[in-house]
Amino acid sequence: MSGPETPSQTVGPYLSIGLSWDEGPLVVPDDAPGAVWLRGEIRDGGGEVVQDALVETWQAGPDGEFHAPGFRGFGRCPTDDDGRYAIRTVKPGAVAGHAPRIDVTVFARGLLHRVMTRVYFADEPSANAADPVLAAVPAERRATLVAERTEDGYRFDITLQGPDETVFFAV
Amino acid sequence: MNPHPPLLSPGYGSTLLRAPRQEPILLPHPLADLTGPALGEGPVAAADADLTAGPDGEAQGQRIVVHGQVRDADGRPVRDTLLEVWQANAAGRYRHRWDRHDAPLDPHFTGVGRALTDAQGRYRFVTVKPGAYPWGNHANAWRPAHIHFSVFGRAFTQRLVTQMYFPDDPLFAYDPIYNSVPEFARDRLVAGFDLSATVESWALGYRFDIVLAGTGATPMETP
Repeated sequence: MSGPETPSQTVGPYLSIGLSWDEGPLVVPDDAPGAVWLRGEIRDGGGEVVQDALVETWQAGPDGEFHAPGFRGFGRCPTDDDGRYAIRTVKPGAVAGHAPRIDVTVFARGLLHRVMTRVYFADEPSANAADPVLAAVPAERRATLVAERTEDGYRFDITLQGPDETVFFAV
Repeated sequence: MNPHPPLLSPGYGSTLLRAPRQEPILLPHPLADLTGPALGEGPVAAADADLTAGPDGEAQGQRIVVHGQVRDADGRPVRDTLLEVWQANAAGRYRHRWDRHDAPLDPHFTGVGRALTDAQGRYRFVTVKPGAYPWGNHANAWRPAHIHFSVFGRAFTQRLVTQMYFPDDPLFAYDPIYNSVPEFARDRLVAGFDLSATVESWALGYRFDIVLAGTGATPMETP
């Protein structure tokens, strides 16, 4: 559709003054049952860390419901000097017929429009194998969408460009 | 026609190593999430929409009122949605540790504001006109004066970050970020001078309407 939509522009290098919120990365309180950290780093096509990116996450609650009462479902974290982000959340429940997943948006200097990807979980092999979105991704690229289990949660790195480029989606 | 800039826009050097090179994969219909995330209105106070009321004093520069309406692609007002803005001060400098531009910081200006749209999708900020500033993209590169806007919308598909520019800026022709947008849509980024929003003996008015994508005509994903 050719609507009068306002075009996107980059967040620029100084996004953190406008988009940082103290509670932004905290989707759930630290004493929430099943609270985990989703951590990762963002790299560019030259292998350099991206220090001026912002990650936003959007997800269902543990029961698979978006907008569950008392559950915000939304997280936001700028990357730090090492290109890292960290979101404290809970693993989402499966939504009928689909593997548990967290939607991720990345903004950054040098990104004129946001890019979107998804976090799937390495400890859900059978659900992942049956997921229709993962099935639409070329097999050799699927691993870029799967977060590995770590000591305190999951690790999901994002590569904006290059041989290990993360799979991004159009919505 | 797609009004958004291509991710790879070589005139803007930072896109060269950051723009993904693979085509994005279209999410199978109807899996795009039609609900929208929100930070909630709890953290937003009415005073957050006045960027001139800085710490311990009033910001320096030309006072302006920026207002407008947020609608979706079907023309419906987007109510109760969070807008976040950030900008350089009147001298063209951001309050950010990386900004080394040799222009003064204003102790009374943080450059950060927030507001929620009302029931008609309207918003209003009071701020100062940001200055142009140099950046290292190319020889004698200066960004046109602009204010960064972030808008949530009501669906994941509507999330938008953009920049608002000021009319008749002589720097438009030389700015690769402004010009990354297809020509037919560039003027959508430019606020209009609005005499009806000016405040007698106090501030100039600008109107900047924002149109978000549709929510998508696909059915809700079954929970």
